[in-house]
Amino acid sequence: MHELSVSSAIVDTVLRHAEGRQVTVVHLKVGRLRQVVPDSLEFYFGIVSRDTLCEGARLEQQLINGLMRCRACAGEWDPAPPITEHSLDPSSMLPQFRCPACGEAGAEIIAGDELQVESIDVDTPEQDPSPGEGPRHPVGAGSTNGPSPSHTHSHPREET
Amino acid sequence: MHQTKVKVAEDALDANTTIANANRSDFDRNGVACVNLMSAPGAGKTTLLERTLELRGERRIGVLEGDVQGSMDADRLSVHHIPVIQINTDSGFGGECHLDANMVRSALPDMPLDEIDLLVVENVGNLVCPAEFRIGEDAKAMICSVTEGEDKPLKYPLMFRSCELVVINKIDLLPHLDFDVDRLVANIDQVNPEARVLLLSARTGEGVAEFAEWLFGVADREHASVSVGEHVHSH
Repeated sequence: MHELSVSSAIVDTVLRHAEGRQVTVVHLKVGRLRQVVPDSLEFYFGIVSRDTLCEGARLEQQLINGLMRCRACAGEWDPAPPITEHSLDPSSMLPQFRCPACGEAGAEIIAGDELQVESIDVDTPEQDPSPGEGPRHPVGAGSTNGPSPSHTHSHPREET
Repeated sequence: MHQTKVKVAEDALDANTTIANANRSDFDRNGVACVNLMSAPGAGKTTLLERTLELRGERRIGVLEGDVQGSMDADRLSVHHIPVIQINTDSGFGGECHLDANMVRSALPDMPLDEIDLLVVENVGNLVCPAEFRIGEDAKAMICSVTEGEDKPLKYPLMFRSCELVVINKIDLLPHLDFDVDRLVANIDQVNPEARVLLLSARTGEGVAEFAEWLFGVADREHASVSVGEHVHSH
């Protein structure tokens, strides 16, 4: 359900910047601390964008790893649980928000809480030809591509 | 047609934040502190508010009740002779599962802000979406009851991280449950080591005074910061 709310916010943001143009790609930065499931976000984005200028647009998600900085010792760490052998102890799967170096509680998030629309790709009509130029060919090679189907899968890219 | 890339660089929740800031300005101008109270359905938000209102003394408190449908909670609180406004979210996509800044804003004209010092917003029962949407609050608190399981911070860290106070409710039931309170507190500490944790029973009243003290303290600290001219809030 979380991804439904987030998808609506993304579509609203994109439409404000699309200025009436058809959107083909939405480039999104998603921090891992936001607990957004990429496949679920893509699914709801496809539903929420129906009958809007985002319909059929591809959602390109760039996942950003979490990074915390301790206010006491300035140590930095990724709060994501370490991927170790399969453990049945649920607390070992918890993200760690207490500084692993000095044990203090106060820390700020340096990265990983992003939910940012970076940019969008939109279809833009060709400029009106100036007088004297040949007839306009609005349908030229490479321009017949309509919006991608909404079920196109864009696999989230990992940031290194 | 050709493709153009349009730079956006905007948080998807910026529009909500803008409205939340407008709510916050209205609260500050009227000297009102706002607390966003969240929990899963049935954790005891309304019962705890009822018990807390009995301790309010001369404090002037208003409540915004968020529910998908119905006004049962607002009806329960209105017997305390305080301003209570019900917000129903069922006009949305099958019923919005949270309050956002705009829904709160739409209810403000009916809330006499100049006649209250503290506005408590009882959010829709849900441990997920309400954590994402600011409404202009000064503080967020959540209730987690001992019938829900010790692992909830593991499953909903976003909610547990967003709150400065975590109330553990229904402790009167502990003798009947296989529930490890220490384990829950340890899990809360791991995802939000800065949170204050309060154990109480809204049913028996044990610990409710401490919650009331915290809640009224939010109003006191906001009034103190406004009176010395500090309108900057660090959230």
